[in-house]
Amino acid sequence: MTDFVAPASTDDTPIEPTLPGGWELVVGLEVHVELDTATKLFCGCANQFGSEPNTNVCPTCLGLPGSLPVMNETAVALAMRLGRALGCDVNRSVMARKNYFYLDMPKDFQTTQYDQPTNSDGKIELGDGFVVGIERAHIEEDTGKSTHVGGGGRINDAEYSLVDYNRAGVPLVEIVSRPDVRTIEHAKAYVEELRGILLATGVSDARMEEGSMRVDANVSVRPHGSDELRTRCEIKNINSVRSLGRAIDYEARRHIDLWTNAGAPDQETRHWDEEGGRTTSGRSKEDADDYRYFQEPDLVPLEPSSEEIAAIDASMPMLPAARRAALLAASDADADAIGILVERGQDELAMVAIDSGADGDKVVTRLVNDLAVDDWSNVTAESFTALIQMESAGDLSATQAKQVLGDLIEKGGDPAALAAARGFEAMDTGELESLVDQLIADHPDEWSRFSRGDDGDRKKMQGFFTGQIMKATQGQADGKAVAQLLAQKSA
Amino acid sequence: MSERISRGDVEHVARLARLELTDDEIDLFTGQLGDILEHAADIEALDVGDIEPTSHPLPLVNVLRRDEIVASVDRDEVLAQAPANEAGQFRVPPVLGEEP
Repeated sequence: MTDFVAPASTDDTPIEPTLPGGWELVVGLEVHVELDTATKLFCGCANQFGSEPNTNVCPTCLGLPGSLPVMNETAVALAMRLGRALGCDVNRSVMARKNYFYLDMPKDFQTTQYDQPTNSDGKIELGDGFVVGIERAHIEEDTGKSTHVGGGGRINDAEYSLVDYNRAGVPLVEIVSRPDVRTIEHAKAYVEELRGILLATGVSDARMEEGSMRVDANVSVRPHGSDELRTRCEIKNINSVRSLGRAIDYEARRHIDLWTNAGAPDQETRHWDEEGGRTTSGRSKEDADDYRYFQEPDLVPLEPSSEEIAAIDASMPMLPAARRAALLAASDADADAIGILVERGQDELAMVAIDSGADGDKVVTRLVNDLAVDDWSNVTAESFTALIQMESAGDLSATQAKQVLGDLIEKGGDPAALAAARGFEAMDTGELESLVDQLIADHPDEWSRFSRGDDGDRKKMQGFFTGQIMKATQGQADGKAVAQLLAQKSA
Repeated sequence: MSERISRGDVEHVARLARLELTDDEIDLFTGQLGDILEHAADIEALDVGDIEPTSHPLPLVNVLRRDEIVASVDRDEVLAQAPANEAGQFRVPPVLGEEP
């Protein structure tokens, strides 16, 4: 046994295209997503996360003798919708049994698709234009959940296990990428992009922390410039995008060390150990995959008509890549900032505000910085646009606009009314001017440094006067108007 | 003893299904499975070049149900059928190895 233990991964240092020693990283990703249906794939039990154990079960999902599966139409519709969003061909498909003996499947087989998947040959384009091929996106059922008791929760030392079958039979789509990814950053971006597509299409809530989106990574390395595919290991138990980066980083270094010092790694399933920052060997060799797939005799083929597929295409919402492109064209703002807004689903707010004449860059910046909250459901495109217009017109200072946005996030409503409730009224120029005059009279030294000093002095003193005015007006003065007044008076 | 399947194959398949077979049973099933494969080979010998492959005997596709919740079964009743339960869950012997 030459199980090399590489130093644990400590952070998500990106390994960029060429690894140490002239190696290249090759990654394929398998992502399981739970479909957002009311019921399970083959029975009417609720598809619900967080229920009391074994309360969403019936003879079908418990695999009791005599029960028969009947396919859920919404699950099929969502799977095909995802397929089209990924640019896949939607095919005639057949369900199959994947036979294995394990406590998470009471039937002792998982109903899935094998040689005739629903979706094949698609792609995902990442934010920077890199394209990852999708081999297939097939329908299958989820498995039950087991808890290992005793032995510190570790499976090999457990005294016994407890099984909850609420999740058994929940509809999944497994999206299998081609081994196109060459960097950790692209692996992470792929998962983020897929998540964005799942949310935009309403196929899944894609919550990694609740397990409704689960990522396995197939990792191998090869000499840079070669096109061979070397022995890969499948890394499971990755619970976040950050862990994905760490797991690939560790595994790539482990492979390089093996190839350099010991020879080919074993092709196997490995588990990511989040705390230890390393992967560990999963099953023993004699348990190698031998699933004896065969067609599921209790379910008939799925055969979508071309009309059905056309209807899916016609109802497809704008996907993240197209939304980024649209906002970029409209705003000319920073690409990363635009990416953040699309990810948060705030690009619609930006587009409406920009369409109404607001400055694109300003809108994007304001949203990125000041709407970085989990719940912004009270903010509508109309109210946000009205707020931006009040700010641009000088009715609100930047500080006041920020405060009103805070109120909008909290309780929603009309920004003009919210501003009035806070007592924010556009300070009239005369009032502001008399304040400035008073300050100049009170601080003659500072004023002479402002009006006659060098650029550094001038800048410093502009800060001083602006600060004093903001203090006197409790942030209500418009910074731009103050700057103008100061410039006029020193001219 | 059939040439189409070996005792080793039968032992392997039995192990995958977690079936414990005696030597006599392995002999018995090796013979019986061999006969089944022999029958399949007879069919394989036929010329079926111009026959559409069928996955199912009935010409049915798209048998679907509405996505509507149906009441689940009573948990206590279900758990009572299992050899052991604890905290609303099925209690099973320790399992060696990770999930497939």
